[in-house]
Amino acid sequence: MIKYTGKGVYGAVAIGNVSVFKRQGAEVKHDHVEDIEAEKARVEKAKELAIEQLQAIYEKALKEVGEDHAQIFEVHMMMLEDEDYNDSIINLIDTRKVNAEYAVKVTADNFAEMFASMDDSYMQARAADVKDISNRLIACLGGGGSSDASGDGKYVVCADDLAPSETVSLDKEKVLAFVTSHGSSNSHTAILARNMNIPAIIGVGDEFLENIKDGDFVIVDGFTGEVYVDPDPETLEVMTKKQTEDIEKKKLLQDLKGKENVTLDGTRIKIFANIGSVKNVGAVLQNDAGGIGLFRSEFLYLENDDYPTEEEQFKAYRKVLEDMGGRKVIIRTLDIGADKQVDYFNLDKEENPAMGIRAIRICLTRPEIFRTQLRALYRASAYGSLGIMFPMITSVSELEKINTICESVRAELKAEGVVIPDNVEHGIMIETPAAAVISDLLAPMCDFFSVGTNDLTQYTLACDRQNPKIEPFVDTHHEAILRLIKMAAENAHKHNCWIGICGELGADTTLTETFLRMGIDELSVSPTFVLKVRDQVRKIDLSK
Amino acid sequence: MKTFDYVIKDEIGIHARPAGNLAKKCKEFASVITIAKGEKEAGATKLMAVMGLGVKCGDTITVKAEGEDEDAAIEAVKEFLEANL
Repeated sequence: MIKYTGKGVYGAVAIGNVSVFKRQGAEVKHDHVEDIEAEKARVEKAKELAIEQLQAIYEKALKEVGEDHAQIFEVHMMMLEDEDYNDSIINLIDTRKVNAEYAVKVTADNFAEMFASMDDSYMQARAADVKDISNRLIACLGGGGSSDASGDGKYVVCADDLAPSETVSLDKEKVLAFVTSHGSSNSHTAILARNMNIPAIIGVGDEFLENIKDGDFVIVDGFTGEVYVDPDPETLEVMTKKQTEDIEKKKLLQDLKGKENVTLDGTRIKIFANIGSVKNVGAVLQNDAGGIGLFRSEFLYLENDDYPTEEEQFKAYRKVLEDMGGRKVIIRTLDIGADKQVDYFNLDKEENPAMGIRAIRICLTRPEIFRTQLRALYRASAYGSLGIMFPMITSVSELEKINTICESVRAELKAEGVVIPDNVEHGIMIETPAAAVISDLLAPMCDFFSVGTNDLTQYTLACDRQNPKIEPFVDTHHEAILRLIKMAAENAHKHNCWIGICGELGADTTLTETFLRMGIDELSVSPTFVLKVRDQVRKIDLSK
Repeated sequence: MKTFDYVIKDEIGIHARPAGNLAKKCKEFASVITIAKGEKEAGATKLMAVMGLGVKCGDTITVKAEGEDEDAAIEAVKEFLEANL
């Protein structure tokens, strides 16, 4: 047994025989041609064929991996049409009377060199795209089809590196895994492999490819990035078990996708996701969350050196709302202060920042910051189903002030001709004991509650979240906390207000039944927990 | 000739896809449209040359359009940049 180690880009286990990827058109001859016009016509024809192929690959990728990752092939088509690229090929044929294949190769090398020598990693990686389209063009000039893993049965495809088009062109039915000696985890191949759910390991080194041959028996562990060639019986047994368990786990999750969050006795609950950046929307959709229950707007402030403009915020909110395609998106207004400090806010140093000027307290003392965020939110509201949530509420008067500001912002925007849909919801975080205790007074003033269990625990139990030494005293299932949540739920429902939980407790499946019995309407958890909580909900029977 | 400056906001700068779409858009106009970053300049219809400028997030580019439909061209490019980059 020989073990090679690279980097796993998709966690799964594959066991099977190797097929070494063979690529056509690697050798390009340098010929002298007399009929320049004929040679140029060949280029034109090959280009048409290449674009046709790319169009087909684009459509295949669209189905297999979705638009985001299929776009690269659209870019490839654009690159093939690039004026400079084409001019260079034609020029070489005209002036040096070389064959079309050679002209393409020289052009490809020049452009790839240009990208490779740029000082940013994104542009450097584009050198591979230039080579990819050029290899296709050369293959089309030869009239040959594209290369492929050959033979019947399923194989572990091994290669030096795979171009995006090569990954997609492979017959997925025949591929057990990818192992490449080179490549980066940002390469399109890695991304595509992840999306195809095929175990893949990159960067195992040249030695691997030199020693491996068709038909070798291997185990690919995408979790650890290890490849075992000719494994011993013990390794085979361990890995077979790992594979079986992984398949069962993924199947369970796959089975749960698209299923309702309903208990055995028919009680329904919404399961949403918590995110902190526009980039996480993909994970929300992948894990089949019904909406976003907490979108932390802080990233806009934390990633900036100055207050984010209304326009910047508007774009971010609009993008999330659009990407979520009409599903509910609850955006929490800025929650800066306490453990999240931003220099340009110039906040005073506080003895006890968790109880200091933070979140809504900043918004109410510096309304100009608040109004900018509200304007951006209301302007974006027409692009989806928006909920606006206010953090750190402790009193009725705070909520009155907030509602007055919101009204005035809406009036201002309406005067500017901005259309604000009627379905925008307004809600508050229940994360202070005060808010829970007066929830009967707060509920008539808003559309929803969302319980922030992390802060609620800290304030109720007087246990600093930031102090690890205090952990033995933190009982997250403390009766006091559960009673506060129950009280808030009852008061919410009396006043036609819905209630969710967006703190860490929402993902605690030992409490899912308790929450269902309280009548909690929504649980918002980190994207990777959505299906786990759904699984739990579907096992509960409240009639018992 | 019409011209304006624009600061790129996209995280990866002018990357392949928007450069491609920009090229497509610019081909709709008769005017010659160019994009410059510092000393370097590229025809806006040339995808690889535009990418070759290596424009990053926060960089200022200067867009120029010259020709019979330069007003419309400059407006279209401005709109495109604001929406995509």
